[in-house]
Amino acid sequence: MDYILNIVLLACINMIAVAGLAIFTGFTGLFSLGHAAFVGIGAYTSGVLTYHWNLPFIWAISAGMAAAGASSLIIGIPTLRAKLRSDYFAIAILGFGEALRVSLENLPWTNGARGLSLDELSGPVWVIGALVICLFLTHNLLISRFGSLFAAVREDPVAAEMAGINLFRTRLLSLVVSAALCGVSGALLAHRLAFIQPVMFTLTQSTQLLASVIAGGMGSISGPMIVAFIFSLLPEALRGLNMWRLPAYGLLLVLIMTYRPQGIMGYQELTDIFRKARKRFK
Amino acid sequence: MNDSLLEVRDVTRSFGGIRAVDALSFDAERGKITGLIGPNGAGKTTVFNLITAVYRPTSGSIRFEGVDLTRKRPDEIVRCGVARTFQNIRLFKRMSCLENVMTPLLARVACGPLRALFCGPSVRNEKRAVQEKAYSIMEALDIADVADRNAFTLPYGQQRKLEVARALACAPKLLLLDEPAAGMNDAETEELAGTIEKVRRNFDVTIILIEHHISLVMSICTYIVVMDRGALLASGTPREVREDERVVEAYLGRRRTGGKRS
Repeated sequence: MDYILNIVLLACINMIAVAGLAIFTGFTGLFSLGHAAFVGIGAYTSGVLTYHWNLPFIWAISAGMAAAGASSLIIGIPTLRAKLRSDYFAIAILGFGEALRVSLENLPWTNGARGLSLDELSGPVWVIGALVICLFLTHNLLISRFGSLFAAVREDPVAAEMAGINLFRTRLLSLVVSAALCGVSGALLAHRLAFIQPVMFTLTQSTQLLASVIAGGMGSISGPMIVAFIFSLLPEALRGLNMWRLPAYGLLLVLIMTYRPQGIMGYQELTDIFRKARKRFK
Repeated sequence: MNDSLLEVRDVTRSFGGIRAVDALSFDAERGKITGLIGPNGAGKTTVFNLITAVYRPTSGSIRFEGVDLTRKRPDEIVRCGVARTFQNIRLFKRMSCLENVMTPLLARVACGPLRALFCGPSVRNEKRAVQEKAYSIMEALDIADVADRNAFTLPYGQQRKLEVARALACAPKLLLLDEPAAGMNDAETEELAGTIEKVRRNFDVTIILIEHHISLVMSICTYIVVMDRGALLASGTPREVREDERVVEAYLGRRRTGGKRS
């Protein structure tokens, strides 16, 4: 039972980060190969605070969230102001992520590549509570005017600007919110696993986040949430396949992208499907 | 011309060695429809891109109600009261038609990110008001019946109308229409002429129109600016322009053979 609970909680933590990236990539249309860096910043900020200063967990999470959001400004302001095209931006943020990993390995208070041992503070209440709050805030943001502005920027940046949208500010807002969610995810992850080291936050993790968003569907939150949950459980469920686990995972991804290139829930939500079904029923 | 809304003065834009727009000056009179015509590649769309800051002029000034536009961002220019459509339609394809028209209105709503994050319901009411406004704009252009459809599913002519509706949602004083009749047959073009005239009256806008259907331009424009190879070739009333030898030459070539093109 503990084993299953542990896996479900890790899945929930992963879902928070994926929700963050879904706002940025799925709704605003910018690809990122570096969002694991924001998870890492959240993890290390909160970890250092509880490890060295024994700060209450809630403050550690908040600090992790704030640090991730603030650090996204460092990469976001220069690149988004220059209106880098999506693919160039993805590369720029990839560099940011790798630079962060090297920094973490060499800073004095992170214990370098050996990692940091922490207390296991993220219980089920913390994790599920945080997931509910994060999804509630994400939902609020996306049904507000910003949801429409993000989508307009994704669909056609030039036309969006000519509709009176400040491209830079809208994209930056999307980045900061998504990074902050990744920061929360990182803080919870650090105190769930009770151990963090820099290699946990590299390109591999960024790619997995991105895979969940794209397989789940651009312009959707429920799709990436479903996929993030399944993808987190899959490696455990497929344990019987032994070394074929990763090929099976890859094969699933290929199948989704072949037969449903727009992702499982491309440009719609679960609620839209329910609404359509109800209409047809009547 | 004493009451001009837009003043373009000596505007030049070079791309590498090519002068796409060369020392161009013209005015758009308030409340009127100004036609911008010329052969393909004359630089007409570049002029629109310069007015809306998609490109910056290499030199020269563009003043709108006395305010210099050449240092502003595109979204600031929209806020000043300039809106446009695009030659190769640029709709928000995977959004509904209504959402397309709502977008410029939502861009103006005063609601910060923090309020959006924490107050769901009150924000929803604001959105409803915007929805009604957008719907009324679509009604004015006779496309309200497609409000719920995805923009990319519309037939071509209606996509053009939807773009005009979205531009009108910016509450512009100056509307730039880039080849609104492209790809339309004669009957559709005639209907479009009526629509443009109606838009000018009902929404109280000044219009600059780029168009290749000369009959359309001649029938609804009060003033016409003719460009050729980036420079001003002629300007005046439709009658003056039609009788101008240089204009006829630019479109049809010289009357007598053997002459060198200047």
